[in-house]
Order: sequence, then C-alpha cells, then structure tokens
Amino acid sequence: MLEKAFYGDKKYWAWLSFLALVIFVGLLFYLRQFNEGLTITGLKRDVTWGFYIAQFTFLVGVAASAVMVVLPYYLHNYKAFGKITILGEFVAIGSVLMCMLFIFVDMGQPFRIVNVFRYPTFNSLMFWDTVALGGYLLLNIVISRVTLSSERKGIAPPGWIKPIIIISIPWAISIHTVTAFLYSGLAARSFWLTAVLAPRFLASAFASGPALLILIVYIVRKVSKFDPGKDAVQKLAVIVTYAMSMNIFLILMEIFTAFYGNIPEHMRHFQYLFVGLDGYNTLVPWMWTSVILAVVSLILLINPKTRRNETVLGFACFFVFLSIWIDKGLGMVVTGFVPNPLGKVIEYWPTFPEIMISLGVYAIGIFLITVFYKIALSVRERIA
Amino acid sequence: MYNSGKIIIGLLVFVLAATFPIWYNAATGQSDEYKPDPKIVVDTGYCVAETNYMRKAHMDLLNDWRDRVVRDGERFVNVQGEVMEMSLTNTCMMKCHWNKEDFCDECHNYAEVSPYCWDCHLEPKEVE
Amino acid sequence: MGIDRRGFIRIAGLTAFGAMSNSVFDHAVASEEITEEGLVAASLKAHRWAMVIDIKKCQEQHGCTKCIDACHTVHNVPDYENPKDEIKWIWHETYEHTFHEQEHEHLPEHLRHLPVLVLCNHCDNPPCVRVCPTKATFQRNDGIVAMDMHRCIGCRYCVAACPYGSRSFNWREPKRWFEENDVDINKSFPTRTRGVVEKCNFCAERLVKGQIPACVEACEANAMFFGDLDDPDSEVREILSSRFSIRRKPNLGTLPQIYYLL
Repeated sequence: MLEKAFYGDKKYWAWLSFLALVIFVGLLFYLRQFNEGLTITGLKRDVTWGFYIAQFTFLVGVAASAVMVVLPYYLHNYKAFGKITILGEFVAIGSVLMCMLFIFVDMGQPFRIVNVFRYPTFNSLMFWDTVALGGYLLLNIVISRVTLSSERKGIAPPGWIKPIIIISIPWAISIHTVTAFLYSGLAARSFWLTAVLAPRFLASAFASGPALLILIVYIVRKVSKFDPGKDAVQKLAVIVTYAMSMNIFLILMEIFTAFYGNIPEHMRHFQYLFVGLDGYNTLVPWMWTSVILAVVSLILLINPKTRRNETVLGFACFFVFLSIWIDKGLGMVVTGFVPNPLGKVIEYWPTFPEIMISLGVYAIGIFLITVFYKIALSVRERIA
Repeated sequence: MYNSGKIIIGLLVFVLAATFPIWYNAATGQSDEYKPDPKIVVDTGYCVAETNYMRKAHMDLLNDWRDRVVRDGERFVNVQGEVMEMSLTNTCMMKCHWNKEDFCDECHNYAEVSPYCWDCHLEPKEVE
Repeated sequence: MGIDRRGFIRIAGLTAFGAMSNSVFDHAVASEEITEEGLVAASLKAHRWAMVIDIKKCQEQHGCTKCIDACHTVHNVPDYENPKDEIKWIWHETYEHTFHEQEHEHLPEHLRHLPVLVLCNHCDNPPCVRVCPTKATFQRNDGIVAMDMHRCIGCRYCVAACPYGSRSFNWREPKRWFEENDVDINKSFPTRTRGVVEKCNFCAERLVKGQIPACVEACEANAMFFGDLDDPDSEVREILSSRFSIRRKPNLGTLPQIYYLL
C-alpha cells in the first residue's frame, strides 16, 4: 500500500520538494539551537514557555478533533462521514507527531527525553500527557491502516477493530483534557487556573479541527477525483458552528468570573491580552483580530444561507481556524506568564530562528499528511 | 519477486558498506596497533575499589556516588579506613587522576564515548 | 533497579577487597559504618530546615549584597547582565513585588521600594516537585527542595509551577561565560550545563560538611537565621514564636519555609 506514495504527478512532487526544503531550513536552525541553547529563542527567565509549547497545545486540539468524524460514523452510524473518517485520522496522526516534535524542540536536554520513562512520575501530568499522546498515535495508526487496507481489498474491516475505534473516542477527549490539566492545575498561574480550561480547549479543538478538515476537503476535491460529498461537508459545518459557539461562550464565562468577581490576579491577564498592561500591548492587535474573525465567522456559520454556500463556508472555516490559532497558538500559553507571579509585565515574542524551527516542524507534519492522503486517495480512486 | 536480481545486488552492497570499518581495519591491521593506556599520574597505591572492578564498572560506581550525594544527601565514603568525599573532581581527579587527557580521555576516545560529566564538573586543569 | 544496583556495587566492591586480603584493601569497610564517626557526625541535620529573614535589619544595610555575592560565587552562578538569560538563586526584589497582594496606594515610597531578599521557599508542599516528570526536582527528608541536574530534561514545567519565580533555566552554556569573562570558578562546586533548571539548594553541599548556608554566613547584619523548625529550642522557632512574621503567598497552600520579619 505504501508504494502508492511514490507515484504522483509533477504538482505532488513539487509540493513535497517545497516541504522538504522548509524542513531542511528548519533543521539547520534547530542545529543552531542545539549548539547554542534555547537562548536563540525569544524565551526568557520570566516567560519560559512560548511559541513551541503554544503550537503543541493548538495541535493537540487538531489531533483530538478527529473524534468529530469518528464518533458520528461509528457510534451513530452516520454514513455521510464514511468517506471522511480516514482523512480525519490521518490529520490526527500528523498532528500528534507535530505535537511530539514541538515538545522535543522545546526541551533543554532533548536526549534525556527517555528519563520520562526511566523514572515514571505518576503525579506529573507531563507523564500522563506523554502516555496519552503516544497511545493516541498508536490507536490512529492501527485504525487507519486496518480500515484502509480492508477498503482496498473491498471487504469489511475485521471485527476486532471496532472496540479499538470505540476506545479511540474517549482517548481523543483525554489527550486534550490532560493537556489542559498541564495548565489548569498550576496555582501559580491564575490565568490558567480555571476549571473551564479543559472544556474550552475541547470546544476550540472541535471548531478548529473540523474547520481545517472542510478546507482540506476543498483541496482534495481540486487535486483528486475523490469527493467525500456535500452532505459530509455540511454536517462538519454544523459541528464547527456548535463548537465555535461553545468556545466563545466559555471564553465569555471566564471574562465574567474574572471581572464581576473582580479578582486582580485573574483580571490582569485579560487586561494584558485585550487592552495592554503597564504600557505593554504586543498581543492586543492579535487578540482583537481573533475576536473580529470569531464574530464574523459565527455570523456566517449560524446563518443557514451563508453556511450552505460552500464558498462562504470556506471563508468562515478559514476565519475560525485563524481565530483559534491566534487564541491558542499565540495568546493562551504566553499570557499565563504575563504578568509574572511577582506582578511584573515582561513580554515575549518569538524570534526568527524560533519561527523557522516551528515552520520546519509544521512542514514535517504536512509532508506526512500529504503522503498519507496520497495513499488513501489512490486507494479510493482505484475503487471509484 | 520483481527485480530480484537488483534487490540482491543492492542488499550485498549495503551489507558490504555497513561492515566496511571491520574490513578496513582487518585489511590495514589498524585495530592491533593501538591500545589505550590510561595513566594514573599519582599512584597512591590504592583506589576506591579494585582495579578490575573500576575498569569494568567505574561508571556504575560514579552513578551510585552521584545518586547518594545528590538524592540521598550523603557525602562521605570509607575506603580502607580513610574517609573520602564522594566526588569526581575532589577525590578521583585531584587525588590520583589529575590528568583527564591521559586517564579518562585515553579510553573514552578509544571507545568513542563522551560522558557529559565535564559539562559541569571540573577537571583539575580548570581547577588550577 | 536503583536499590539492587546499589547493593550490587557495595557487594562487588567488598568482594573485590576481600579477594585481596593481604593488600592495602584489607581495612575496607562498608560505607554504613562511617556514619557514626568522623566528618559525617559533624554534618548539620534537621527534620525541617527553614529560614527567617529580618527585612528591616537587611534594609538598614542600604544596598548590601554580601549574601547574594556569597551565594552566587559559591555556587558558580554566572552573571549575564541581561534579564532574558538571567540566573539567580537569591536576589533583592522590591516589597511591592515580593508581597504584591499586600501593596496599596498609600504605602510609603520607601516601603514600596524596600528591597526584600527572595530565594527558593523550600515549600513543605512544593508544586515544582509535584509537576516534575522525572523526579529531577524532589523533596529531601529534611525539607530541602533539591535539584538533580543530571536528570533534568529541561521541560521547564517546574518553572511554570513555581509561584515565587525562584527557578532559573540555563538558556546558555554557563561554563562558556566563565571562560569568556575570565571569572574564577569555585573549585568545590560544579557549574551547570545548558538546558537544565537550577535554583537555591539551601546549601545542601555545605550542610553535609557542617557549614551553615553561605548567605547566612555572609550576612553581617544578623538579618538571616537558619535552623530546624522541628526543634522547639532552635533559634528560628524562638524568633517565630516571639515576633510577627509573614510568608509569601500563603493562600496557595505551598507552605513556604522562608519567614519574613517586618
């Protein structure tokens, strides 16, 4: 089956070559970071997690969101998702691998990563996150491989795969919950110390993931003869709409509690995000962009006329994705450190090498997803 | 099997390339020429353990010392009635093996291992 | 594997000595026996180490940094002179930042900017230890929150979990700084390597040799006190039972063990 990845047209090879180039450049910058230390990033004594960990957090969400196609198909027998589950699972595999790489590039002593298993520490959520992500990766590799190969042979998937698929559903929820617990269990960081963080992470994941999947379906239709169908896209659009509404709702809950409760330690982080604090406001324009994108996308999604228009839906999904990326991939992690526990505002912004390394990691993920899709689509086209 | 000829040739080439260092050393006889010869520098007549044991397991002993000092809060060990500090720099290197190049590196280079001890711990040269 | 391996080494070592019974190894004894004699007896032990800092006495010294210098010299803490890569074990923070939940607008200026010594609080319930994925940071029986730099993977989760900003990460190679700036390295203490977290260790390496922490020793104003809180006759207990003291962020339940006298 894997050999299908080696037969492609010029566009396919050009795209892969481009990604390989980005990976190579990222690798060069990573070697520099490896030699000089994390000092080449924008991270500092008071903001010790930044762009890498934020991308990790965002991508855990994308990975978990595969459950939004797996669950309706396998639990509710929603047939329209039959052709799209494999696409969701491949995005999940690529995303989990990117998550792991983002953790790896963020580590001060990457070669000691085995220590996490040599000295397993059950009271550390970092340990459980590693277990959850590794397990999720394994589940998705097994599931996608088994279902796709039976599809190729034109037979029904073996019976034993069904319980594994069912397990993968709560497992997907768990990876993002445990990732939220990394943050929401820290009394030192009032911005993260909220019970709503895990539900918020899930809501934003179930909006951004399916939004990405819709955009991917648009691309798949262009580059191949395979089409998961209009019904599937519309159903995904409804999922995006509900999840995005929940996400906005939960953010407003946070703001209510912080500001009506009038707790300075909680308010100050939101002030830093949306109006700036003590004259520091790097993230303010970004956060307002995120807000505007969220509002516009919600209007386009909730209105059935605009949602059913596939062109408009494409824009709405792009806005959702971008809005949540800004919120999670820029604001969420850094703002936990600003202001710091001593009440000082010390800002952070990623450096050029940091961004190049991140792009390299993204390119690795996209490269793999492209190859997986190539295999899946070749199988599908042959059947069709 | 498709292209079996090509595959077999390819495999042969791979096996030859992967084992090249063995052929090369066997052919040039280089492996016999060089034997590491760690120099003790100051021979106090004893060590914290017997030589054969140290040769095989000095890394285990050092790891054990490390864990006892760092994690268990111990510091001293009794060697034939003399109380010694469990310390790579202050005991092993300052007392006997104060030339890291001639002692530690001699074998480590030969065996192609690079322990990270000296990323933090000082060798006598740095202490001087 | 830990205990087995340790046992193995002791046995292996003794067997080796035993095999050479006529040699100088004759007198070798198991390490347990020496805990009753010599240097070991002199080491300082406690059930709960704690520190008391007299802010007022400290402030009367007007910008004295003897304790900070002593600590940073003894522990080979580099001075990068840039807040981004900065590493610090003990330092002066203003009152308004140290106790920032206590700050108010009518606070006299001199109080607001009053320098307060801050360091690792060696919490009784340390969140850094709770989150560390490898037990690289751990709590000793005497209460000291210690770091095992050999094991630290540099994930910086402990830094995020510390409510006191007491932890520093090695963004750069510290040894290079000592070389480039021609600064002497303290011979009896290692440096760190790039990519690990470090912080105050309550001078565990000095306590075991019977010395009090370097900062307390260096303080000439008698503003720092160090002792065993479990010992009712200790100096720290005496001070705490007779004077008003506060701790940083007691509401977080970390049970910090640095007490401040105002």
